[in-house]
Amino acid sequence: MSEGACNKYLKLSGLEPLIVTPETNFVNVGERTNVTGSRKFLRLIKEEKYEEALDIARAQVEGGAQIIDINMDEGMLDGVYAMTKFLNLIASEPDISRVPVMIDSSKWEIIEAGLKVAQGKCVVNSISLKEGKEAFLHHAKLVKRYGAAVIVMAFDEVGQADTYDRRIEICKRSYDILVNEINFPAEDIIFDPNIFPVATGMEEHRRNALDFFLATKWIRENLPYANISGGVSNVSFSFRGNDKVREAMHSAFLYHAIQHGMTMGIVNPEMLEVYDEIDPVLLEYVEDVLLDRRDDATERLLELAESYKSDAKSHEKAVQEWRNGSLQDRITHALVKGIDEFIEADVEEARQLVTRPIEVIEINLMAGMNVVGDLFGTGKMFLPQVVKSARVMKKAVAYLLPYIEAEKDGTTTSAGKVLMATVKGDVHDIGKNIVSVVLACNNFEIIDLGVMVPPEKIIETAVTEKVDIIGLSGLITPSLDEMVYLAKEMDKRDIKIPIMIGGATTSRAHTAVKIAPEYQSTVVHVNDASRAVTVAGNLLNKDKKIYASTIRAEYEAFRETFLNRQREKSYHTIEKARANKLQLDWEAFQSKKPNFIGTKTIEVKLEDLVPYIDWTPFFQSWQLFGKYPAILTDNIVGEQATILFEDAQRMLKQLLEENWLEAKGIYGIFPANQVNDDDIELYDENGNVLETFLTLRQQSQKTVGAPNIALADFIAPKETQKTDYMGAFCVTTGFGVDEKAKEFEEANDDYSSIMVKTLGDRFAEAFAEYLHEKIRKEIWGYASEEHLSNEELIKEAYKGIRPAPGYPACPDHLEKPTIWSLLNVEEKIGVTLTESMAMWPASSVSGYYFGHPESKYFGLGKIKEDQVRDYAQRRNCTYEYAAKWLNPNIAD
Amino acid sequence: MSKLHEAIKERILILDGAMGTMLQRYKFEEEDFRGERFKDFAYPLKGNNDLLSLTQPEAVKAVHRAYFEAGADIAETNTFSGTTIGMADYHMEDLVYELNYQSAKIAREVANEFTDKPRFVAGSIGPTNRTASMSPDVNDPGFRAVTFDELRIAYKEQAEALIEGGCDILLVETIFDTLNAKAALFAIEEVKEERNIDIPIMVSGTITDASGRTLSGQTVEAFLISISHIPLLSVGFNCALGADQLKPYLKRLAHNTSFNISAHPNAGLPNAFGQYDQTAEEMQALIKEYLDDNLINIIGGCCGTTPEHIKLIAEVAAHYKPRVLEEA
Repeated sequence: MSEGACNKYLKLSGLEPLIVTPETNFVNVGERTNVTGSRKFLRLIKEEKYEEALDIARAQVEGGAQIIDINMDEGMLDGVYAMTKFLNLIASEPDISRVPVMIDSSKWEIIEAGLKVAQGKCVVNSISLKEGKEAFLHHAKLVKRYGAAVIVMAFDEVGQADTYDRRIEICKRSYDILVNEINFPAEDIIFDPNIFPVATGMEEHRRNALDFFLATKWIRENLPYANISGGVSNVSFSFRGNDKVREAMHSAFLYHAIQHGMTMGIVNPEMLEVYDEIDPVLLEYVEDVLLDRRDDATERLLELAESYKSDAKSHEKAVQEWRNGSLQDRITHALVKGIDEFIEADVEEARQLVTRPIEVIEINLMAGMNVVGDLFGTGKMFLPQVVKSARVMKKAVAYLLPYIEAEKDGTTTSAGKVLMATVKGDVHDIGKNIVSVVLACNNFEIIDLGVMVPPEKIIETAVTEKVDIIGLSGLITPSLDEMVYLAKEMDKRDIKIPIMIGGATTSRAHTAVKIAPEYQSTVVHVNDASRAVTVAGNLLNKDKKIYASTIRAEYEAFRETFLNRQREKSYHTIEKARANKLQLDWEAFQSKKPNFIGTKTIEVKLEDLVPYIDWTPFFQSWQLFGKYPAILTDNIVGEQATILFEDAQRMLKQLLEENWLEAKGIYGIFPANQVNDDDIELYDENGNVLETFLTLRQQSQKTVGAPNIALADFIAPKETQKTDYMGAFCVTTGFGVDEKAKEFEEANDDYSSIMVKTLGDRFAEAFAEYLHEKIRKEIWGYASEEHLSNEELIKEAYKGIRPAPGYPACPDHLEKPTIWSLLNVEEKIGVTLTESMAMWPASSVSGYYFGHPESKYFGLGKIKEDQVRDYAQRRNCTYEYAAKWLNPNIAD
Repeated sequence: MSKLHEAIKERILILDGAMGTMLQRYKFEEEDFRGERFKDFAYPLKGNNDLLSLTQPEAVKAVHRAYFEAGADIAETNTFSGTTIGMADYHMEDLVYELNYQSAKIAREVANEFTDKPRFVAGSIGPTNRTASMSPDVNDPGFRAVTFDELRIAYKEQAEALIEGGCDILLVETIFDTLNAKAALFAIEEVKEERNIDIPIMVSGTITDASGRTLSGQTVEAFLISISHIPLLSVGFNCALGADQLKPYLKRLAHNTSFNISAHPNAGLPNAFGQYDQTAEEMQALIKEYLDDNLINIIGGCCGTTPEHIKLIAEVAAHYKPRVLEEA
């Protein structure tokens, strides 16, 4: 096989290629993942803290390292194990493994272990003639077969090369053996001609740097295609502790080494001054030493070095450097980075340059927002950043508005008008607000009707405002029916505006199967905010008809396969399902008598709830997916998650100090028994029935032996004559959330508005967790011995459950009014139910308490018509009414 | 210069199409897979396509024959899963040598039936069902279900049997994880050295989706660099994508290498039922675009392609010159 000239460059790879061509100025090898050079890294590896060790690797790559050197040579370490493990872990971190690895060890078995776990083309660091020709050849052959490049140290049987002549002698001999005897590709050979310290005061060290430079030049001229590397920090060894001088010396050394042909080097980028910015006097003195230009060079530099000790480097300077860019660059930077500090000044400057103030929006700001849109669209920016960008945008627009209005010509060209609404009966709007912000960022004009919007209002506004798209959002299951209803109504009136559907309970399946058939125009499900812009764009661009028919065809196909699949499932009749109910051993069971029976309100300090917050869903609501705390170091979203988390902590602190929210709750515990298989009666102290909870039973056919569960199975049946107990609760941290969110919105700060809502939700969940623990340990007291960490709480490692109506175990929202009347929730703590049985304020949680040690969470799944009829009788309502509320769970 | 090297300089070589798609047409049932020899085997065998070389050799030969008749220059042996790692699923690790040897042998026999032009047999070496640089357990990213050495040993056994059965070429294909391929190449180099032979090697990676990367995350260029340390007959891509989706990646490959370029794309992307419905005519038109751009030295088909596809591809390729390699 012939080899093209293009193959004569050193080519390496991680997930991405690294090709060293004559145009490549210098390849920077990261050196911090080296146990011999970094005490911190050594400690982390010794303590098996590989996660943190990965952070060091990541920081290097982010800091510009094009290759990372990895060394595990330490007496107390199992080097083969550590090298294998660390490289395996790196392989699953694309932001690290995108660069090639340099496997650095003096032990061959560690090098080979590394070669066996790296898919890319690595560099072996190093082999040499130190142990003789035979070992050298053996290693070189294997390196070639594993597909790696190699660093060859200027070292032979006699010793390490420390003069110019010895350097070229050993390098020439090594090269000839490799190229002529085993056909090793010359471009894969990288010589390390030894960088030794200068200015040591020893006469024989005076030419250390100069000889390196000259040997480098000789190799480049006489050993074709070979490359040169070296460990740069060695050179400044005499100036340890004097960073200023070391940084200058590294830069000057590199400058000259590169001039002489050095291609790569192991450098700490933080220990490097910009060559042109080295103090000229210092530079002269350093170069005198490096190039051995004066007899007294060392003495003079040592003297000068004294004056540089403890000169702290100022990093702040760079931070504000972006302020020196062009006006457009500054505006774009501010938008991309979400910095609002200078935006008004910049916008003012822009305004003075244009004829009409509106042009600042249309030209300068939109140019910046397009960058934001592109970065977001390609996954290089994340939602919290985009919301911050929007905040800067809003601030800029707010500043311009008076000027635009003064001109009395407010016409702008928007990408389209989008009506956004959370449907009737639903109060949840975090997702809707996020989509609104993202669309607004992309130049869509948003008409946000807020929450609990009746269908008539949506239709009327859509028509009078001539909107282009209607966006509907909902979180609770009854909202699904509201959306279907709205689609039907619009169809009746022959409205053809496309509808976008979103929100936690919505799905492509529901949209395709239940909504699309009701609406002759387009309806499309949008599963996350990042897709909203694309979808909205497609709905409005010139090919929109094609898009609409594609969506329609896609949904029809989906509907068909979905309906076909549905029929395959088989179900028990409700009688049979009841006969197969969960049989707990009630003989042996004695329920713990609660320490408290009756109802009681509770108020807690928000501070006390903070430890109970589960942060994982918080990140989810910002569309950053991953488990807390691991998400903070996640290789893709970690940085954004960390920033978001810091912002959240900041707001949390203020929220606590200024008492933005109130935590109020109510709970009750009562004697209870299961009756008629599926119902639970709650009694007062005299045994009179207070209320009856109706539970729903799984009906799908299970594998043999698995029961068809209903929540009632967890309560002792009346016929056992055993007294059992159950509880119910409602907690809220929502009072104050809406007011605060509104304040932020009025200040054009959607980011903080969404933030306070997400925090409100987290507090409500934390309150529910907190109260459940108190119930278990004290109020009911059946688990007074329990000691669980917060993680264990989140994992639900405790005994007993607190299922909530509207969720998988009991999807029936109509149970909420029963809880409300049992506990008198509305009067006691002010939480109300909407017509769709959503709780207001939104940051509220309600549910039941079951204490049986075998009670567990489960999903009801689909139920059949016979159970719905049976339920309607028990609920004392019509079949149609029952079917409407249970609709999402009824099998077709 | 060998016949193969002569042929590849002269013309575009045609690789065959899918084996599995064709074998499915026989609708073989468990008993057919077992044949007489394995009728009492303790584990189910249906789906072990490689086994058909032993139990239904006439069917496998008929597929090879159909492709040669369609104009293929190179037939791939029916050994995609023929390593101890792949056969572990069927408890047939002990049969690996025989499976590969017989598969190569019957392909060779069919090739010898054709005398009009030289026909070649490429020993198919699949990716195995395990990955050496990715963890199957998201909670334990450092874990590996297979090591380099395990792969190297398994591939070595396969390669030796394929060579002894009469293969002209070894084809390391459908590479999801470059480290697996590197283990295969390492093993082949060992065999070459131990037997003092040279056998041409084709390497074919798989770009899994529109990200333009392999499953193990490498870009086209990084993949190429990672496998170029061994002298190769060709490098290319196959599977996962149709000819049109594959084109930009082939271009990038061709732009960066002086090896021959091969491609055996799927018959389009699978439809909602997992079936390939790109017709031979449609695929021919897409392959013609490759040829117009002078991208190709070896062309064939992967999932969903049939002798009809290969026939039309061979017909159009006959009108073009092979891509010229950049000389040193």
